[in-house]
Amino acid sequence: MVRSYVLLAWTWTRAATAYPVSFALMTVFGLVVAGMDLAVILIIFANTTSLGGFGREEVLFLYGTASLAFTLADLLFSNLDRVSQHIRAGSLDTVLIRPVSAWIQLATDRFFPARIGRVLQAAAVLWYAVAALELERLWMVPLMVVCGLVIFAALWTFAGALQFVLTDAPEVVNAFTYGSGAYVQHPLSIYGKELVRATTFVLPLAFVNWLPGLYVLGRRDPLGLPSWAGLLAPAAALILLALSGLAWRQGIRHYRSTGS
Amino acid sequence: MIELQGAGRSFKVKRQVVHAVQDLTFRVEPGEFVGYLGPNGAGKSTTIKMLCGILTPTSGRVRVAGLDPSRKRTTLARRIGVVFGQRTTLWWDLPLKDSFELIRLLYKVDRKLFASRLEEMVETLDLAEFLARPVRQLSLGQRMRGDLAAALLHGPDLLVLDEPTIGLDVVSKAGIRDFLQRTNAERGTTVLLTTHDLGDIERLCRRVMVIDHGRLGFDGTLEDLMAGQSSLEEVVTRLYTGSLQ
Repeated sequence: MVRSYVLLAWTWTRAATAYPVSFALMTVFGLVVAGMDLAVILIIFANTTSLGGFGREEVLFLYGTASLAFTLADLLFSNLDRVSQHIRAGSLDTVLIRPVSAWIQLATDRFFPARIGRVLQAAAVLWYAVAALELERLWMVPLMVVCGLVIFAALWTFAGALQFVLTDAPEVVNAFTYGSGAYVQHPLSIYGKELVRATTFVLPLAFVNWLPGLYVLGRRDPLGLPSWAGLLAPAAALILLALSGLAWRQGIRHYRSTGS
Repeated sequence: MIELQGAGRSFKVKRQVVHAVQDLTFRVEPGEFVGYLGPNGAGKSTTIKMLCGILTPTSGRVRVAGLDPSRKRTTLARRIGVVFGQRTTLWWDLPLKDSFELIRLLYKVDRKLFASRLEEMVETLDLAEFLARPVRQLSLGQRMRGDLAAALLHGPDLLVLDEPTIGLDVVSKAGIRDFLQRTNAERGTTVLLTTHDLGDIERLCRRVMVIDHGRLGFDGTLEDLMAGQSSLEEVVTRLYTGSLQ
């Protein structure tokens, strides 16, 4: 699976460099957008000393872990949300005749390496926050990023699976993928309690960085969950991934193709 | 090689059930060259898509090379070659030879075996001249030859062709037909071909199946279909316009 992924990603990278101007522009544009996310946080702290009860470094830590997981998933799996384009164009047929899983082929479809700029920006912020905070539970940080990555990968898989049903409304799923990415960039304590509960027990976004982040930072959960709740992140991520896999399978089996 | 038993596929369109194909039963033995005919919308492509595992049948049983296509799609993919005349399976922005190399890696074809097959394809399909050109710059005839080579480089037992000669000029058509005939005769590759070009059928197919309104209307040899008449076009026109028994 990994071999096929790398092979196809490399193929699309070479194909992308066939249009060098577009490639360069997208790289610059990606970095500018990522810079603006960070600027928002820094502007907030130019006017106040805490956000949702957290200091600047802590907020940057939560932002860094969430963004690193999200931008990695965006780089590796976000192309899954273009399933509907392939369905409408009929090109999904050609994907399905190859001896490689359709999920891999669609995840790598038009793989765009320039997105790595945003990954590096997120990694730099996280690096700065971790260095400034002197964390005791540092070992947990890589695990957080991996769990976050898995959760976002699952969300994109759901987004793709949903498009087998919602062929005409592909943008609807962006609310879940990009919306979730933006949602977890800030401490969840700034949102309403009902929303945080929903994103803990229904759609487990709180496990991307909030609950495990509280554990790493040694902070108590404002909603009263015990501190070990953060350690459940791997379980939450794997359950979500398994469910998204089932949804994807159903999607493929209900594919209707186009007339030709 | 192919075995269908009461296979059908229906779609729900605006709360009504439409049967694209229904109750299809036929067998294709290894080494056969079968033409699959039918008017537009008769269910040819639906049948082919069920054979490749693209569409899951809603009733009946489909077996290709002993496998259930919709459940063993990726395993089956290694054993069949598919060409869609209306749509390329090559990578648009890559040179043709890079597409081939990618196919070697994806299908895990032995390097030596691959090199010898490629050499043969380049020669018989006359690919040398545009092997280094990106697929998007190829003419339709060149692209179709590239697609054919791509479908055969992994040495499939079954070749499924959905209108492979559509839009091609007479010379390109003749080249493709020669190549298909040789592939079937020399390698023993089973071929199932849909087409609207009756010349393809007359030149290539020993056996013909005709489908209309999703049901198999004729299955037999080309001679039986002709039944002593001189024009295949007349015979087929009569079949398509409603006198399928």
